Amino acid sequence: MLDADFFRRWMTATAASVDREADRLTALDSPIGDADHGSNLRRGFTAVSAALEKEAPETPGAVLVLAGRQLISTVGGASGPLYGTLLRRTGKALGDAAEVDEEGFAGALRAGVDAVMQLGGAAPGDKTMIDALVPAVDALPGGFGAARAAAEQGAEATTPLLARKGRASYLGERSIGHQDPGATSAALLIAALADTGAETDTGADTGGE
Amino acid sequence: MSDEKLVGIVLVSHSAQVASSVAELALGLVGGGLPVPVAAAGGTEGGGLGTSAELVAAAAASVDRGAGVAVLADLGSAVLTVKALLAEGDELPDSAKLVDAPFVEGAVAAVVTAATGADLDAVVAAATEAYGYRKV
Repeated sequence: MLDADFFRRWMTATAASVDREADRLTALDSPIGDADHGSNLRRGFTAVSAALEKEAPETPGAVLVLAGRQLISTVGGASGPLYGTLLRRTGKALGDAAEVDEEGFAGALRAGVDAVMQLGGAAPGDKTMIDALVPAVDALPGGFGAARAAAEQGAEATTPLLARKGRASYLGERSIGHQDPGATSAALLIAALADTGAETDTGADTGGE
Repeated sequence: MSDEKLVGIVLVSHSAQVASSVAELALGLVGGGLPVPVAAAGGTEGGGLGTSAELVAAAAASVDRGAGVAVLADLGSAVLTVKALLAEGDELPDSAKLVDAPFVEGAVAAVVTAATGADLDAVVAAATEAYGYRKV
């Protein structure tokens, strides 16, 4: 079972990973975006960590709703409402339960991903975060590790795609040949989930990696 | 159709200057109409390019007179932020509505229409119709 602490550690692990990878995310965002993805997400997840520490929500749903709200408020770019909606809708789908099982979480995350697709209008293959998130959700019944592998593969597979959403879509064919920054950061989110799961399984509870 | 309860207009842009200039332009074209509450929510709180959910929420609250709030947004994160706030949260007034309209022309149409004392549906319709104005 996954409790509020698990979800808090997932968010903290994501914040650490985004902080580590911020320069890479921004570099990916330079040729096809406006070169702010890493710094925007770093600002957002730093705010998420601070808010979770301050407010200490008691249920998994409340952790993700709070995290989502922070991202919408603080990111400043399109990734704010997109990631914010992902976490907030997932959190709402989890309801008020003190603990959720992995199956319940997988269903909730799918609801979150569906909400992101509805918000941004992106479908798989449009070269967006959806290209990492949909494979991850599809693979989630096989475990967090399988979801991580699927997300990373999905992110890498965006390189040859033509961007159909967001600023990159204005570039047309020039968007081909670059890995999508949003899919890359989505893979980091799922990788942090897998790390948090592995840490929980081994009984380690250091809050780090 | 009350003089006291005018529809409020919120203009959300990536850029503070764009939002406030479009507000100024639209208000300048009202002429002798009623004093429409218009608020600009442009850029990030730090003054950079982007969208601030806090500025959007504050702008919507500041123009809400009880007759509804029409929100116009320009690009990408401006549109997505408003949609995310409307879909998920309680940050915006219940009567707030994102208008599917071109930013400048829609803002002028919305503000001029609101200045006649029109209701939210009429303001939204006027702004949306601005898409139909062909230039060539």
